[in-house]
Amino acid sequence: MIGGRGGAAVSSARTADRTFQFLLAAMAAAVPVIIGAMLVALIAAAWPAIQRFGGAFFVTSTWDPVAEEFGVLPFVYGTLVSSALALVIAVPLGLGVAIFLAELVPGWLRSPISFFVELLAAIPSVVIGLWGIFVLVPWVRTALGPLLSASLGSLPLFRGPPLGIGMLTAGLILAVMVVPFIVAVSTEVMRTVPRSQREAALALGATRWETTRTAVLPYARSGIIGAVFLALARALGETMAVTMVIGNVPQIKTSLFAPAYTIPAVIANEFSEATSDLYVAALIYAGLVLFIVTVIVNALARLLVRRVAHGPTQIRE
Amino acid sequence: MDRRYQVRRATNALMAAVTFGCTLLVLTPLVVILAFLARTGLSALNGDFFTQLPGAAGEPGGGMANAIAGTLILVALAAGIGIPIGVLGGTYLSEFASTRVSRTARFTADVMNGIPSIVMGLFAYVLIVLPMRHFSALAGGVALGVMLIPTVMRTTEEIVRLVPQSVREAALALGIPQWKTMLRVVLPTAAAGIVTGIMVGVARVAGETAPLLFTAFGNRFWNRDLLQPIAALPIQIFAYAISPFDDWHRQAWAGALVLVTLVLLVNIMARYAAGRQVKLR
Repeated sequence: MIGGRGGAAVSSARTADRTFQFLLAAMAAAVPVIIGAMLVALIAAAWPAIQRFGGAFFVTSTWDPVAEEFGVLPFVYGTLVSSALALVIAVPLGLGVAIFLAELVPGWLRSPISFFVELLAAIPSVVIGLWGIFVLVPWVRTALGPLLSASLGSLPLFRGPPLGIGMLTAGLILAVMVVPFIVAVSTEVMRTVPRSQREAALALGATRWETTRTAVLPYARSGIIGAVFLALARALGETMAVTMVIGNVPQIKTSLFAPAYTIPAVIANEFSEATSDLYVAALIYAGLVLFIVTVIVNALARLLVRRVAHGPTQIRE
Repeated sequence: MDRRYQVRRATNALMAAVTFGCTLLVLTPLVVILAFLARTGLSALNGDFFTQLPGAAGEPGGGMANAIAGTLILVALAAGIGIPIGVLGGTYLSEFASTRVSRTARFTADVMNGIPSIVMGLFAYVLIVLPMRHFSALAGGVALGVMLIPTVMRTTEEIVRLVPQSVREAALALGIPQWKTMLRVVLPTAAAGIVTGIMVGVARVAGETAPLLFTAFGNRFWNRDLLQPIAALPIQIFAYAISPFDDWHRQAWAGALVLVTLVLLVNIMARYAAGRQVKLR
């Protein structure tokens, strides 16, 4: 090192800089470390159940805490079907809102509408569930259900009495909860489409809608798929609102009017009352799978959204 | 020729109308929820709600004072964990943007934002409740704090990145070491934005229920011991909502109104602050 007082001051400042940078890096690194720790902790806690049931856990339907027999097939079914239902409702609607917000809206309306969509996302899940129990469930029982029975009752999907609670209501409430994510991410992705793309289409005489359809949507496609994946991950893991309206019956029924059960809901309802170690391990095993699936879906979503930001080389066709 | 043009224009108008219809439909639940909260919640709110403990099962009266206090304690714990890690980590992401650590942390923070909150609860359970053998406020605070980290980190990164490069250069040119530049010049410049981001994140975790069910667990009484179960507003709303008692349903609406008012206020303030910051630039 350089001698003298000045040199010492410089070198101690450099040490301080390095130390500080290391401290900051350690904080940033906390995130991947936590995710790794979650994986390890959940596997360790679920181990008795993993050892005992293995892969059969997902294809058997017995859920009997007394006999200590656990299979999560009905919960997996409920989680997948309610999420799929939510996407079927939320994707077209959310995409419509996103197109409106990014391309067609009059300027002064954009900011208030996106603010209200953000507010919808900010309402706590338990409040949406409360609304679900006291407003949505009666509405499905007395209005939507009978309407669907009368018009589409011949389909197995809408057979039986509409109880209000059940798969359909869970799908609806999930749609309400994931639609803001679809809107936010899709709008953002569409805004990253370069102006030149739009201007080229408009210069050729395309209307605003034709510009959206031919120039914007193809460019933004992978990002929009990313938005859908993001919404899917939210729907798969959403707990409170679903628990409050789905009926919590572990069964596999074709009818959307029938009550069902999901993985997050069974964890929420039974975890604190789980008496035996194997019971707790089985619930954590279910949570572990939820964790792994949502991490994968989220990672895919992020990669897809990022592709749009990185430019047009990624467009196919 | 002219006819075709008319059809195209009509399609354009139709799609504008359809997408506007989608927007109205998506915002309907928000309006309905807020209307019900205002109508049912307001009529159930009274002084007792803020000052009394919950009543005995099925008996009318009582309040959620302990749950409100519990939520404040849990949120403070979460903030104590989430804010330092989030702000410092976010500063790293902005100031050392393309290191390997940065890229990994940024990506995993986005992924972590999407991990279901109930899984965070399981994690805190395994980490803290299992070794201690009982539910505790601490475990609930950790669950919420972990959830707060990625949100705070990514907002901080975005805001700190907005600080002009010239500000950093001016400080460095005066011979101020880099660490001091970040702590005393860059972060204070970005402080308003960071605080807003933190508030929005905190308001969000304040409304979380799922991660608290088997960590903080809930409590019918006052509790100041962090190692014991503690009440929380969202848990109380959930418990009352699924109860069979009309008076508890009313109180659930009142609790929801309090929670949503808090969340809305924070969001509106954040929007106002963000708008001001943009104008200043």
